[in-house]
Amino acid sequence: MSSGEVKLIGAWASPFVMRPRVALNLKSVPYEFLQETFGSKSELLLKSNPVHKKIPVLLHADKPVCESNIIVEYIDETWSSSGPSILPSHPYDRAMARFWAAYIDEKWFGALRNFLKAEGEEEKKAVIAQMEEGNALLEKAFIDCSKGKPFFNGDNIGYLDISLGSFLAWLRVTELTASHKLLDEAKTPSLCKWAELFCNDPAVKPVMPETAKLAEFAKKIFAKPQA
Amino acid sequence: MAERSETEEVKLLGMWASPFSRRIEIALTLKGVAYEFSEQDITNKSSLLLQLNPVYKMIPVLVHNGKPISESLVILEYIDDTWRNNPILPQDPCERATARFWAKLIDQQICVAAMKVVGKVGEERDAAVEAARDLLMFLEKELVGKDFFGGRSLGFVDIVATLVAFWLMRTEDLLGVKVVPVELFPEIHRWVKNLLGNDVIKKCTPPEDEHLAYIRARMDKLNIKSA
Repeated sequence: MSSGEVKLIGAWASPFVMRPRVALNLKSVPYEFLQETFGSKSELLLKSNPVHKKIPVLLHADKPVCESNIIVEYIDETWSSSGPSILPSHPYDRAMARFWAAYIDEKWFGALRNFLKAEGEEEKKAVIAQMEEGNALLEKAFIDCSKGKPFFNGDNIGYLDISLGSFLAWLRVTELTASHKLLDEAKTPSLCKWAELFCNDPAVKPVMPETAKLAEFAKKIFAKPQA
Repeated sequence: MAERSETEEVKLLGMWASPFSRRIEIALTLKGVAYEFSEQDITNKSSLLLQLNPVYKMIPVLVHNGKPISESLVILEYIDDTWRNNPILPQDPCERATARFWAKLIDQQICVAAMKVVGKVGEERDAAVEAARDLLMFLEKELVGKDFFGGRSLGFVDIVATLVAFWLMRTEDLLGVKVVPVELFPEIHRWVKNLLGNDVIKKCTPPEDEHLAYIRARMDKLNIKSA
């Protein structure tokens, strides 16, 4: 079941692409990284994900798997005997991990993205307030899920760590642009500590975009056209 | 076989006309899990609901031995993880990933696209209908050669897609536009007939007359013209 060539269609700057890369690293699965060019979509991508035409797409023995969190679960289930478990083992803990991962993608990320697009002080202030509300929820979720351990998943990074941690580089870029700390040591001390540990994890370090490089990329893609 | 303690308590906070609530009832009934149903007034949310789902304040909420789980897709996976008889998700990781993919498409895109048809007229409505049909065509193709999305028997995607069968398709007459005509979607129509032959589905679907009356009343309240 776990045999067959593994390829991942993606891009270095995408937080969604980072998720399966961390998962593959955790399971020590070698893969070929097929980098998409920003602004265009390869034939292979369009063929492999005809519904959404989006990255990441995992190709396992040429069978495509789409949607980042779905790919992470697929990796966990396929290479179950290799490396640590990515999803927790207890059904309730699994439910909590899935719940918060969905919250992060549907609500929390929306606020982050709105911030990058926000114009004017009023709009920025409103989005910051939204983000801080979300962060407070995640701080509590961390305390509940980690049960005193270093990660959402306990002793090792797992599904929820990957889900949130994949946004850390973009979060840092946003903080630079805003000159405003979004992950505040005073307001979210556990998340700050977790963030540092996550970034230093050996499965994460090689695939976490460098903040300076990402900031420059962000400038390019969010550049307003000259009048 | 799941462990059954004397004090095993399963409670579902739901709403009789909600597709998200009904899908939980289907899953619990398929597994033969006894549960207490607590009908919620979503226009006047109970303090219990607000306490058990503080993040979204929505039904359904499953409470298992005092522990609440929210978000219907998360609840469905929890039910499958906890009560292992009559599995809802397939065993094979690739098939599981595919099932999760379609479920997400239905809830995040098809549902949203269908809502966009409501209350629109003329060109705007035509565009909304076309957008919904483009997405539904993916489901149509999935059903070729199968009795259900799950194959020979009901599965995860069938349960989630009851939203299409008994909510989207039922409101067509009220909206005055056939979003899912049989000429374009013969497989979906065939699938709905198969669903109606299933006792659990019949038991867990809102009775048609009352359901239509409810939707009509809601449309009137929101000043949406019904056909």
